Amino acid sequence: MLEQFIYLDNAASTRLDERVLEAMTPFFFNKYAVATSQFGYTLGIDAKDALDASRATLARALGARPEEFVFTSGSTESSNLAIKGVAMALGDKRGRHLVSTRIEDFAVLHSIHALEKQGYRVTYVDVDEHGRVDLDQLRQAIAADTILVSIQHANQEIGTLQDMAAIAALCKERGVLLHTDATHSFMRAPLDVSQVPVDLVTVTAHLLHGPKGIGGLYIREGTPLAKWMDGGYQEFNLRPGEENIPAAVGFARSVELVTPEETARLRAMRDALTQRLLEIPHSRLNGHPEFRLPQNTNVSFRFVEGESILLHMDMRGFAVSTGSACFSRSLEASHVILGIGGDHERAHGSVRLSFGRYNRPEEVGLAADALAEIIANLREISPLGKES
Amino acid sequence: MPLPYSETVMEHFKRPHNVGRMEDPDAKATEGSPACGDMVAVYLKVDEAEKRITDIKFESYGCASNIATGSIITDLAKGKTLDEAKEITWEQASEALGGLPPIKAHCSVLAVDGLRAAIQNYEERHGLIKERKPTTLEEIRRRLKRVMNPVVGLDLVRTKLVTDMEIKDGRVRVVIDLPANHQFANNIREEIVEKIEPLWDVHEVVVEFTEVTSWLTSK
Repeated sequence: MLEQFIYLDNAASTRLDERVLEAMTPFFFNKYAVATSQFGYTLGIDAKDALDASRATLARALGARPEEFVFTSGSTESSNLAIKGVAMALGDKRGRHLVSTRIEDFAVLHSIHALEKQGYRVTYVDVDEHGRVDLDQLRQAIAADTILVSIQHANQEIGTLQDMAAIAALCKERGVLLHTDATHSFMRAPLDVSQVPVDLVTVTAHLLHGPKGIGGLYIREGTPLAKWMDGGYQEFNLRPGEENIPAAVGFARSVELVTPEETARLRAMRDALTQRLLEIPHSRLNGHPEFRLPQNTNVSFRFVEGESILLHMDMRGFAVSTGSACFSRSLEASHVILGIGGDHERAHGSVRLSFGRYNRPEEVGLAADALAEIIANLREISPLGKES
Repeated sequence: MPLPYSETVMEHFKRPHNVGRMEDPDAKATEGSPACGDMVAVYLKVDEAEKRITDIKFESYGCASNIATGSIITDLAKGKTLDEAKEITWEQASEALGGLPPIKAHCSVLAVDGLRAAIQNYEERHGLIKERKPTTLEEIRRRLKRVMNPVVGLDLVRTKLVTDMEIKDGRVRVVIDLPANHQFANNIREEIVEKIEPLWDVHEVVVEFTEVTSWLTSK
């Protein structure tokens, strides 16, 4: 085991905060009943209270009311529930057309593909070179039979934030429901549903030093949504299955622990690192220089390949990510880099670095030094980028 | 779970053998392209009398398996005659590395192709190309076996992606069972053309794909 281990892949998952575990522990060993037992015995009432309190905390964090927040197993389930739930509720009544982008995360993209196979029509609105949605195209894409627009709040790879206020205003004006995947932006970039008229919002706990296996979906009151997983009557009869109360409590606690000061600290580290990385020759920033997640940077380096960079970084004790095809299970280059008009070469040499609570400022310099050296070494053995 | 790579792969990745550019090589070749991902360059020094590889170097723009296979094929080829080196297969390279994950098999094919192309480059420069035979469907099939289906890491023929092929008056037509707008369609087309076009009696290579699927559409 290496002496130092520097984790810069907080967009993939984060280390659990001990205070979150502490809040969760009683619900494994003492108050382990499920909320449906509330009419039977005291332990069930404790469980129901904890679930209600957690729901209230999460709803408040979004500017919502508690009965508008449903717990799920994570953001994949939340986005499936939102997209397929609306399609099932409105497909026969209002229409079978959806609008989205090509740079969504797979939970959204593949939910939409599944509907497309069932005969739904989909319009993918273009994004610009930084990954921001073309609002004019969005306006034109919405048709009489459009039932849902699904556009992410922040991108999972390049960190670009959408102008959600403008998108929501446009959808509201056209009377179309709007879902946004806020998996990566929740608590790090503001989204208040009492101000911004989005109808459905996907969130998750494990990117905020909370537990894995718990997420949620904000559902604006009155939003038509069909229940499509069959079981009991939990979660306002929308999401059956016994509630994961320890995780729900942990999710709420993880949200309470995020502060604007902490986010500012991540942003400062991110900015320092971005600056250092862009000093490396033949590098370019992926994503928007200004409208982006405070904890994310993503840079492409020419003439080198991402998986090789990752393995060398790992040997030196750093965890980072890449959009290179060689790194993906399907051997497909990042659909996000391709979606913003990048080519395979740009995806090939892209590196994503994402910060979290446990990163320290001195890690910025260590990571930048290591990356600069590894890239120089790999360029040394590359047939590209030299005078021939 | 350990890394998906064998210890031998990691050793060659960390400290590749015979790596770098060669000054004044007797032959050289580049396989792959930045557009489709990995790329490897191979340089040779050849003893003219014995037709033996006295020195060999490679460069890689690629992942760990690409670097490791470049390293191992240069080890395998060094000291061999050109005819012996031509016989090195990607299976041998992969075996010498203690195996590669199936999805990475194409990396070893690329390295072996680089070596063969460098040898061919030497033979062409030194007038060693033997008698020319007309191209047969067998030869086309043999070459298509060197084009990987990137989705599964096995060749196009084995994964039954080639649904039809024909040769007529120097025009080769290959039909591939993938949507024309599949992410890899262009890469596959380029690779097929690259493998078949150098045949002396082929003057046109046409690669056809099947229908367009709308959800695959990307810019």
